[in-house]
Amino acid sequence: MAQTRREMLLDPLVDNNPITLQVLGICSALAVTSSLKVALVMTIAVTLVTAFSSMFISILRNQIPSSIRIIVQMVIIASLVILVDQVLKAYAFEISKTLSVFVGLIITNCIVMGRAEAFAMKNPPMASFIDGIGNGLGYGLILMLVGFFRELFGSGSLFGVTILETVNNGGWYVPNGMLLLPPSAFFIIGLLIWGFRTWKPEQVEEREHKIQTVEAH
Amino acid sequence: MSEAQNKGAIQRFLEASPDSTGKTLFVAIALCLCASMIVSAAAVALRPTQEINKLKDKQVNILQVAGLYEPGVDITEAFAASFEPRVLELATGRFTDQFDAATFDDRASADDPATSIALEEDPASIGRQSKFMTVYLLKDDAGEIDKVILPLHGYGLWSTLYGFIAVEENGNDIFGLQFYSHAETPGLGAEVDNPRWKALWSGKRLTDENGDLQITVAKTAPAAGADFHVDALSGATLTSVGVDNLVRFWMGETGYAPFLANLKAGDF
Repeated sequence: MAQTRREMLLDPLVDNNPITLQVLGICSALAVTSSLKVALVMTIAVTLVTAFSSMFISILRNQIPSSIRIIVQMVIIASLVILVDQVLKAYAFEISKTLSVFVGLIITNCIVMGRAEAFAMKNPPMASFIDGIGNGLGYGLILMLVGFFRELFGSGSLFGVTILETVNNGGWYVPNGMLLLPPSAFFIIGLLIWGFRTWKPEQVEEREHKIQTVEAH
Repeated sequence: MSEAQNKGAIQRFLEASPDSTGKTLFVAIALCLCASMIVSAAAVALRPTQEINKLKDKQVNILQVAGLYEPGVDITEAFAASFEPRVLELATGRFTDQFDAATFDDRASADDPATSIALEEDPASIGRQSKFMTVYLLKDDAGEIDKVILPLHGYGLWSTLYGFIAVEENGNDIFGLQFYSHAETPGLGAEVDNPRWKALWSGKRLTDENGDLQITVAKTAPAAGADFHVDALSGATLTSVGVDNLVRFWMGETGYAPFLANLKAGDF
């Protein structure tokens, strides 16, 4: 094993972040980041699902027939997602109301499938579990960053606590309505990727095509 | 050779190539069985807690719309102490004892062809309307009706909004309106939950002196006057139109109008 467990856990936070480097899991990052509370619950849910699905898939990795491996992974992931959804509905009803369909959509989150296929199929259970936690947290880090900007400037609050008193409630702050709509997350994620790659230039992808210079005749 | 024979059947199976047809089928079936058992066990085990949550959520909303909610009180107790649920037959505007009000499910009833009608004119976009609805009567100390809490629902921009409207005992004055379930845009349509907007409903009137339904959610006050006007949400035109439609639909002739008329006359 080339990586230590510590690296496996911390690597996906910045150096190999699933959202900013691999650009996976974008769709749910758009949907659940309009408030921090929802983003936090989504982070926990995705981290748990990624960790446990990676672990179970890793345990079964030598028994999974390669012809149906994607379906096997999906069944395991989907079962875990339903479990999370049911538990949320039973013990965190308010939050499950706001998350509504997005918990179910963890099934289609590319990060979960990506880690199952790329890591858990080839590595032992414990390593896969830690890798899952790391990638879930890497996803969550970006979610929280995006959620921070969207909630603060979109609704003038953080975790539902008012920071900037909005005009609607008799304050002075005119909220930026665009930040509450999903496309704004695209801009913030784009800026984050820019920032990450300026900080760590080795993350910049090589150009696939070169711009040709043609001499005029 | 002899070593292979010494191994148990299970071990031989585990070591067999996973890509054989037999093993592929076995893994698929075994995995599906395990997964479905775990999922159904969780669903069955957690259902009672989930049902209680849903019921409590509804009761909290009924208490809120009637202005009786205080954080920290025992919801079930406070609810039982204040409200009397009754099943109402919409067409006649009279209570019916055909169903048990404690267990009657409006939504299930709306799906049942025997207890619902398919709407031809459907401004609230609800498809089918139940002929019976559970309403909640808030009585004062003397046992007289103080307010009635009427459930209503209809389509906004993205979702069906489910809520309650609280009407005073005169059958015309609105005390409050509150939605307990919707998926409108946060910050725009979801401002239907904003306490300042909800407060606008208090004291508005449903019908004018001639008995015509006048209440409206609109950008500007209608000819009938400000008493019948709730300011639309800025930036949420379609949600506002949806709320306007659903309130007018449920307060109209196909909704609670017969009941409200009976309430006004003190005869029900």
